[in-house]
Amino acid sequence: MKALSIRGLRKVYKGGVEALKGIDLDVNQGDFFALLGPNGAGKSTTIGIISSLVNKTAGSVSVFGYDLDTQLVELKRHIGLVPQEFNFNQFETVQQIVVNQAGYYGVPRDVAKQRSQQYLTQLGLWDKRNSPARALSGGMKRRLMIARALLHEPKLLILDEPTAGVDIELRRSMWDYLEQINKQGITIILTTHYLEEAESLCRNIAIIDQGRIIENTSIKRLLATLNMETFVLDLDPNSVNAEITLQDFQWRQVDEHSLEVDVQKSKGLNSVFAQLSKQNIQVLSMRNKANRLEELFVNLVEQGRQSGTKAGAK
Amino acid sequence: MSGFNSIALKTIWIKECTRFLRIWVQTLVPPAITMTLYFIIFGSIVGERIGEMGGRPYMEFIVPGLIMMSVITNSYSNVASSFFSAKFQRNIEEMLVAPVSTAVIIAGYVGGGVARALLVALIVTLVSFLFVDNVQLHHGIILVFTVILTSTLFSLAGLINAVYAKTFDDISMVPTFVLTPLTYLGGVFFSINLLPGMWQTIAQANPIVYMVNAFRYGFLGISDVHLGVAMGVIVLFNLAFFVIAYQLLQRGVGIRS
Repeated sequence: MKALSIRGLRKVYKGGVEALKGIDLDVNQGDFFALLGPNGAGKSTTIGIISSLVNKTAGSVSVFGYDLDTQLVELKRHIGLVPQEFNFNQFETVQQIVVNQAGYYGVPRDVAKQRSQQYLTQLGLWDKRNSPARALSGGMKRRLMIARALLHEPKLLILDEPTAGVDIELRRSMWDYLEQINKQGITIILTTHYLEEAESLCRNIAIIDQGRIIENTSIKRLLATLNMETFVLDLDPNSVNAEITLQDFQWRQVDEHSLEVDVQKSKGLNSVFAQLSKQNIQVLSMRNKANRLEELFVNLVEQGRQSGTKAGAK
Repeated sequence: MSGFNSIALKTIWIKECTRFLRIWVQTLVPPAITMTLYFIIFGSIVGERIGEMGGRPYMEFIVPGLIMMSVITNSYSNVASSFFSAKFQRNIEEMLVAPVSTAVIIAGYVGGGVARALLVALIVTLVSFLFVDNVQLHHGIILVFTVILTSTLFSLAGLINAVYAKTFDDISMVPTFVLTPLTYLGGVFFSINLLPGMWQTIAQANPIVYMVNAFRYGFLGISDVHLGVAMGVIVLFNLAFFVIAYQLLQRGVGIRS
């Protein structure tokens, strides 16, 4: 069963801006799915329509087989939404916010209170349960929105840039938590600006730009299309006694103890190390320079726009 | 949206009551102070020189009107400010993404407005005991029926105002320029029978006249208008305002893009 199925989805806002130009998208049950795109690409509009905060112009949306137009109540019961911006009452306490949200989904108050202890504890907010939301730090507010979205135990969790503005340590702990609940069977759709986040967490990906899906595949398959990678080699400066030579590779010496080498996947790195060893140069460490997904993302968006321009010129 | 979500209704109602109780200094104390001043100035000081109105001592005459005035302003402002704040802070989205029907959202907010209005009515009634010795209720059922329907009506009106409002100024415009004049001219402080001929006819176009008089009938057994007509007007306005509020929210005016 598909957790989400979208067909021909269009959205034209008042004023004529066409945010979505007929997109098709499928997300399988249990998937950890990334929806990527530059600002204004149509990600939040898509999420807004799925969660019925935005009225669609045309097309169909179904969640676990429940249609947005004809089975809205059932569809809503299956979705938990973590929006991009804080949208809770800043004067209510942490526990009031999550318990009330569960109440809107029909969860009895005593059950919601029990669950609030479970989810707030898991997200490190139980000690703050009686604090008003406005007293929380940015990271705590993000976690509060995740707890709020989970209390009615949805099968599909949609997160719109959940780690925006969150420090690295907290981001990692949120990733761990999301991976954990995904393993428990919750399908997750994530939009993010942190491409590293999508690469680390998600199995499948759709890239959206200017209201169109320009790529929809698995992360592995997408990364496999990248032929060239750039590596930065940190060298022992004491071992560099003469001018470095590296044949059959594009390379640059950044400073006296670091090299940047472009390596084609078909060639591998052995030859680089062999040539440096012959010159008695010690490699202390190595790292991948570019974010691979970021590189692909930029390429795909540029290609998509170029083909769009050509199509427009015809 | 089909299906009655009673837990959601209870949740919204509890949330609304918690809100106005949390800020009781802003919501419950001001009407007590304002009405005390009205009782002192219009009841005791000016009222003693007026004598009787509608066959009752002036102080007694204004008690039901002042209670109704508090009910109108508090039910209206409760829903207007709460719903607009929910729009402004975007926490209205908490309800929009959940399986909560439009009717339940309206009922929850209106329920909160009615609860505050009834609590304020009780407070003002208790304050009036300080100034009126012999308070006897003429018709309890009409009294309760009128106060509940009036607070429902103005809660709905506050909701409609909040739907259209884009700034906090927009929710204070209607109380200032519409509600206050209609309330003052709605027979709170005088019997509309005192107005000259044409003005009496004009006054009858003011719906608040019917609410104040129906409530006064329940309290004192006197009314400037026919009770059946008054009840009919109140029910009719409630139905009309509910239909308007329902249509607006159902279409997502001001809350969905």
